[in-house]
Amino acid sequence: MNLDIRKYIIGITIILIGIILLVRLFFLQVIDVSYKISADNNSQRPVTQYPARGLIFDRNGQQIVNNQAAYDLMMVPNDMNEFDTLEFARILNLNIEEVRTNIKKLKQRHGRAFSAKPVLFLRQISAETYATLQVHLYKYPGFSVQARTLRNYARPVAAHLLGYVTEADSSDIRRDSYYKTGDYIGKNGVERYYEAELRGRKGVNIYLVDVHNRVVGSFADGKMDTMAIVGSDLTLTIDADLQEYAEKIMAKFRGAAVAIEPETGEILAMVSVPNYDPSLLVGRVRSENYRKLDADPSKPLFDRSVMASYPPGSTFKVAQGLVGLQHGVLSPDTYYGCAGGYTVRGFHMGCHYHASPLNLMQAIGNSCNAYFAHVFRSIIDKNTQEPRENFLEWRKDILSFGFGRKLGIDLPQELNGNVPSAEYYDRRFFPTTAAWKSLTLISLSIGQAEMGNTIAQMANFAALIANGGYFYTPHLLKQINGRDTVPPQFAERHYTEVDTSYFKFVQDGMALAVTNGTARSVAIADIEMCGKTGTAQNPHGKDNATFMAYAPRNHPKIAVAVYIENAGFGATWAAPVASLMIEKYLTGKTTRAWMEQRLLNFNLYDNHEAAN
Amino acid sequence: MRRQTNVISSIDWITVGLYVALVLMGWFNIYAAVFDEQNTSIFSASQRYGKQLLWIITAVSLAVFVCLLDIRFYSSFAYLIYAVCILVLVTVLVVGKEVNGSKSWFVIGPVQLQPSEFAKIATSLALAKYLGNYSGKMMRFWNIVRIGIVIFLPPILIILQPDTGSCLVYLAFLIVLYREGLSQEILLFGILAVTLFILSLLMQDAQAYLTGGLIALGFVFFGIKSRDAKGFFKGTGLFLVVFGILYGINMAMGERFEPSELLFVTAMAIAAVFMTISALRKTPLIRRIIFFILCALIFTFSVDFVFDNVLGGHQQKRILVMLGMESDPLGLEYNVNQSKIAIGSGGFWGKGFLQGTQTKYNFVPEQSTDFIFCTVGEEWGFAGAAVVVVLFMALLLRLLYIAERQRSVFSRVYSYCVVSVLFLHCTINIGMTIDLMPVIGIPLPFFSYGGSSLWAFTILLFIMLRLDASRGEYIR
Repeated sequence: MNLDIRKYIIGITIILIGIILLVRLFFLQVIDVSYKISADNNSQRPVTQYPARGLIFDRNGQQIVNNQAAYDLMMVPNDMNEFDTLEFARILNLNIEEVRTNIKKLKQRHGRAFSAKPVLFLRQISAETYATLQVHLYKYPGFSVQARTLRNYARPVAAHLLGYVTEADSSDIRRDSYYKTGDYIGKNGVERYYEAELRGRKGVNIYLVDVHNRVVGSFADGKMDTMAIVGSDLTLTIDADLQEYAEKIMAKFRGAAVAIEPETGEILAMVSVPNYDPSLLVGRVRSENYRKLDADPSKPLFDRSVMASYPPGSTFKVAQGLVGLQHGVLSPDTYYGCAGGYTVRGFHMGCHYHASPLNLMQAIGNSCNAYFAHVFRSIIDKNTQEPRENFLEWRKDILSFGFGRKLGIDLPQELNGNVPSAEYYDRRFFPTTAAWKSLTLISLSIGQAEMGNTIAQMANFAALIANGGYFYTPHLLKQINGRDTVPPQFAERHYTEVDTSYFKFVQDGMALAVTNGTARSVAIADIEMCGKTGTAQNPHGKDNATFMAYAPRNHPKIAVAVYIENAGFGATWAAPVASLMIEKYLTGKTTRAWMEQRLLNFNLYDNHEAAN
Repeated sequence: MRRQTNVISSIDWITVGLYVALVLMGWFNIYAAVFDEQNTSIFSASQRYGKQLLWIITAVSLAVFVCLLDIRFYSSFAYLIYAVCILVLVTVLVVGKEVNGSKSWFVIGPVQLQPSEFAKIATSLALAKYLGNYSGKMMRFWNIVRIGIVIFLPPILIILQPDTGSCLVYLAFLIVLYREGLSQEILLFGILAVTLFILSLLMQDAQAYLTGGLIALGFVFFGIKSRDAKGFFKGTGLFLVVFGILYGINMAMGERFEPSELLFVTAMAIAAVFMTISALRKTPLIRRIIFFILCALIFTFSVDFVFDNVLGGHQQKRILVMLGMESDPLGLEYNVNQSKIAIGSGGFWGKGFLQGTQTKYNFVPEQSTDFIFCTVGEEWGFAGAAVVVVLFMALLLRLLYIAERQRSVFSRVYSYCVVSVLFLHCTINIGMTIDLMPVIGIPLPFFSYGGSSLWAFTILLFIMLRLDASRGEYIR
């Protein structure tokens, strides 16, 4: 092959490219007139069109969140003339000094030689103020109004899971170039998690402005403009009525409640109390209110449903029983005696009065401490291997129930809870590794000590039992723009390390607890409910009350976990909440006004003496 | 016998003149681009134009130094320089300073250096050394592999920074290989690959059409090349028949599969048949066809993967904006748009020195580095822009002429590397400011603000001139 010809090909290519560049330049600079804006020194002014954020609905199509109009008052420092600041301040309800210093400040900062860029003068003025201002706006050259939308809450519920919307901060802007100063972004909750869907897409209109920055037309006949695209509407799995009801009956408590539909993993309600009205964090009052809420010692901004790690207490006995069955150290017919507690070699763990001996079903029904101490010890001391190895297996099973790790709920704030690791005990027992034995860990048997779960995890555990051995990742998203576009990870069944055949025994125990055990006071007429009470010791004060339940027993429609800080017995305070929520969800009404009344009369400080 | 060359008299002064002209024009335009009324002295070291002057002075010293070295230095130490360069590229990944999301800078006191700019020199030297030494044909498999490693190791390290712009420049070395006898088929394949990459992104159901089209093209190409019309017709016929049958079955089954999946199965089936035949008859032509088909298939099916997983978000966006698939007037498209306005508003004669408004009031991004050509276009108009383009083309053609008069392969290959790298830089850089190319952040040689790029291009160019000055000597 003659390679010499290739040098000519390369040379010709270089010349060709040169000609292409020259021709293109000639067209751009000499022929094409659309770029000839130099004569009158025109330039473009892009004006952002902000789309309305997507609306949020509950599972029954009721609107929870919509938008309200607000107006940002913008100013171009270079366009300003002298004007009547007194009248201006009066219209805007501002102090005249405030107006003057603000104008001066903005002029200094942005009044550079050629800036055509409008800068924010006053954010989020109301529609009424805008109406007045609009009439007078011609008197204030350089000022213009930019329409924005703010959140509006059709029903003031579910503040924690919804999150809130605020201006994007510098870290948001650095992370995603879509955001510019002054844009809104979802913070926390669903607003954050589904930000990409909710925000829509900004559009831009490019106007031509002359040397005095007056708009003289739209650039390229609007061909370069883009329309703003409205955000997608979300339908959540939440039942707003149930959510509202649960928030109402829990109003006096500190704690959380989560309800899940077991057959789908859809979260029906998710309450954290004390809570706040989400509209407090909208508009110009936001930062002031945020500061107040943040300083409140009862921590209303803290989402207790998915962030707090609470010791599960006796509800955890159900998990203990399941692991014992799986490991073959327990059968449904295993009987253990209980003489007021569990006593061995000088160690004593107390228990309340009940019949003795008990089998598994009765032990769950009566919440016997001694029984599950026996079960836990026989798991850990199973003599085929070292206690540490047995513990590792126990831990693996417990994790498979969804404890100790984020469930993967579509909420950014979700946390792990805590299932202590073997390494944790290695460190704690070091150097006396002799302490690695079941008796040292015995508090885990009744869900105390280092064990902690989120209330979402507890509700998920109830759903898992209701399903007889599997769960779907709890989630909040049902539809986007009215279409079922739920991500696949929420449609996937998760089985546990425990065989599904064992679940019917603990279901029986939980049924017994309601018919004839610790939770019989909250049984609902005509609805067969399964439940498990818990009263968790709390190093910081009075016991925490907890209850998990599902109903109906056959074909469960709802699983609930309730946790109330420092209230006392689970059966007394947490179980009524769950029972009422179940009744409300399944029948649409509640028949036990006295029970509601008792919950609403709760007083954290009086109660310290009363129930002890 | 060695003849001591007098560098002063035998250096190519035409090239030196073009170099000086471009560097000075660049400097004036940087001055205009970042002009600040409070700081009007062109020598002020606090401003970019003042700094650029320092860079220019040091660059000239470097050029002199480069010319003083013996030419055997460059050939003897080519591999060593290359190895050091690789080491430095690895080091910068660890201790480099991150600027705009890329870890590509070394900070030594007040000086910031970008090693990827210098890597082009090392790669050119190593490639020249290898091609100067080897005997045998370019098409030998292992030769191609070794050459591939020499050329593509630096860009792989650079893409880790990540700095895709600097990385794309290495495609320039394909021009060198083409001149040195790389098979046209491989080059054609490369061009096809790039075209396909763009087309598969442009079309929604692209894979189906492209795979089919490509396979047909493969048959046509090799059918014509081998003058084996029968083979071509047989192959195409077989392909159509098998595809037709599969298509019919699929329709009958209620369209369970995408046409692209059918094409894939068909091509695989035919490849299997040909593989068997070629194993029986040992026909090289058929092996090539199979190779071609397989490559095409793997390529088209991996485009989406590469696009989604290898390219960074802003590169995806740049390509999409370039292809008009994503409109983004406030982002990249806005930048290109502003760049076009700046250049377009220059008219024929321009607005005059320091009179540009578009560039000066920060409408154009990076106006002293990557978008320096905007200032030329706006202030000097078509006349000035054309002069710059013509100067660059003149430089390239002059260098091409110099490259061709080298006696030793080492010098010729090195010179071609210089031509190719400069050619790609100019084309992409100027092209992007006038919306002919996607926005790829690489500097305009000798023109853009920046010490690393000016130094690197100066060294690159003057090594070539030094080699040319001693073209009488034969080195390898």
